[in-house]
Amino acid sequence: MMAECVEEEETSVYVTGCEAAARAVIIAKPSVVAAYPITPQTEIVEKLSLFIGEGRHDCQFIAVESEHSALSACIGAASCGARTFTATSSHGLLYMAEMLYWAAIARLPIVMANANRALASGWNIWADHIDSLSQRDAGWIQFYTSTVQEVYDTILIAFRVAENEGVMLPVMVNLDGFLLTHINQPLRLVDETLYQEEFLDEINVPHALNLDSPHTLGTLISPSDNYRVQHDRKLGMERAKDVIKEAERDFLRLFGREYHPVMEYRSDDAEVLLLGMGTLAKEAEDAVDMMRFRGIKAGLLRLRQIRPFPDDEIIDAISRSPAEKLVIIDRDYSPGSGGILSQEIKTRLYDAGIVKEIVNVIAGVGGQDVSAEDMMEMVELERGEHWWGI
Amino acid sequence: MIEIRFHSRGGQGGATAAKILGMAAFFDGKYSTSLSVYGAERRGAALISGTRISDTEIRRYSSIKSPDYVVILDPVLVEISDVTEGTNEDTIFLMNNGGECPLVLEDYILYSVDATSISLDLGLKVAGMPVLNTPMLGALARLGIVKQSSLKRAIRKIYADTRNIRASEMAYERVVKVQNRRSILEESEELEEEAYERLEEAV
Repeated sequence: MMAECVEEEETSVYVTGCEAAARAVIIAKPSVVAAYPITPQTEIVEKLSLFIGEGRHDCQFIAVESEHSALSACIGAASCGARTFTATSSHGLLYMAEMLYWAAIARLPIVMANANRALASGWNIWADHIDSLSQRDAGWIQFYTSTVQEVYDTILIAFRVAENEGVMLPVMVNLDGFLLTHINQPLRLVDETLYQEEFLDEINVPHALNLDSPHTLGTLISPSDNYRVQHDRKLGMERAKDVIKEAERDFLRLFGREYHPVMEYRSDDAEVLLLGMGTLAKEAEDAVDMMRFRGIKAGLLRLRQIRPFPDDEIIDAISRSPAEKLVIIDRDYSPGSGGILSQEIKTRLYDAGIVKEIVNVIAGVGGQDVSAEDMMEMVELERGEHWWGI
Repeated sequence: MIEIRFHSRGGQGGATAAKILGMAAFFDGKYSTSLSVYGAERRGAALISGTRISDTEIRRYSSIKSPDYVVILDPVLVEISDVTEGTNEDTIFLMNNGGECPLVLEDYILYSVDATSISLDLGLKVAGMPVLNTPMLGALARLGIVKQSSLKRAIRKIYADTRNIRASEMAYERVVKVQNRRSILEESEELEEEAYERLEEAV
């Protein structure tokens, strides 16, 4: 009985995606967290508030009055050189919209978790990628995760990528609302000291406000200079491609878990390829295995990032596979145009001079329940756009 | 992989039941996931939650379509929810009641434990309502889904009140198989087989 009272040091726990996110943030030791609650993200900031309140990490926790203010507070703090974190979802993310651009153009390495959720009207709190994809042009690096473990690991990686001196861009780590925020899964914890000493350096924002060399940020910028600033942001985003891969390599070396911009699953000899992001693309692994069992050579490419878009990796993976048919699953939709992921992939195929039969399936929007069995039917569809369930 | 579906009403601890069961399986060294089907939860509203347990990584996020176990925390839900949705003849039901069989479950394997009485006897209540999840989980452990020791460890992680452990132990002892059309049929088939065997031996 006595032994049971002593809590052994845990190396793995059983937690929700929200708690995993909060645990990762605490290890990265931000000095400012500003947040406003919104379903299904609320547990992330609740847990952060709890951890900071318990004294697990000394940090300024600012409970602000809106999401616009949450990001503004992070922008202020990051402009002074602080490591910052915030979390939001759906309408909260859109309420931040103008500040999303501001943070990226001002080259502030803010890290944010976004619980992917649909937009009203018709109030819907369930998983949908349109919130973050609608902000894909703001200049934030965007990751999409598929397990509780990946949420945790990707937040740990995000701080390093954001703060790289050649990148200096904000990073958004996306996790599917409820499906990842609220699910409980086993989580292996990292060695915090190893992370802090070997993986993440002290933050250094070169253009941070500094009383010793006074300067100003974000003032009027004339047409003769603005394009240079925008071009600089582009260069930062381009450099992020290699920085992400290097961080993922180091993460594997130190912590033993492997991530790539494009996660390939049995794709090398596939005759049909499924492509997607987030939890749908994780469940697709089950679909691939079941199809293989039935003699259909299926494979899967799961994109872990949409900005910067992994051009080389996606073209390389598609080129190596003999598949003529690509089934692209979009948990989003651009009315009057099509699935956003599908458009992104088609652009790269055109640039690479590759012609494939593209099936674009709009599935899982607004939390629609889509299973591996459904995906087995999707591969039977013909070229063009299809709405699952209609 | 085994899939367990919980039917409860908001406030009875159905979502937490799914988490505790998943955590107990995790302590058993298994992989597990647990999730509630979220809606506009209100105290008293019908709620579904689920746990998946496997020896290997679970990659499923879609809802549980054909549960191996169905656990009913509130007997009233048999009347207002489709508790048999997606089930088959191998699905095992566990119900919180006094051992009666509702009409819709006559042809299923059914176990019963009086979780309400166990919690009321222990004075185990939250906001005036008896706690139903921890005794129901004790009964599930008896059915062999998780080790009782792992279950108790998981309950201890989630609830400070040790009466929850006691409630799970009492339910572990008290759970019974319910006599219904299915069990009577199976018993008579067994008797018939035995009779044939004896007859063959005699010949």
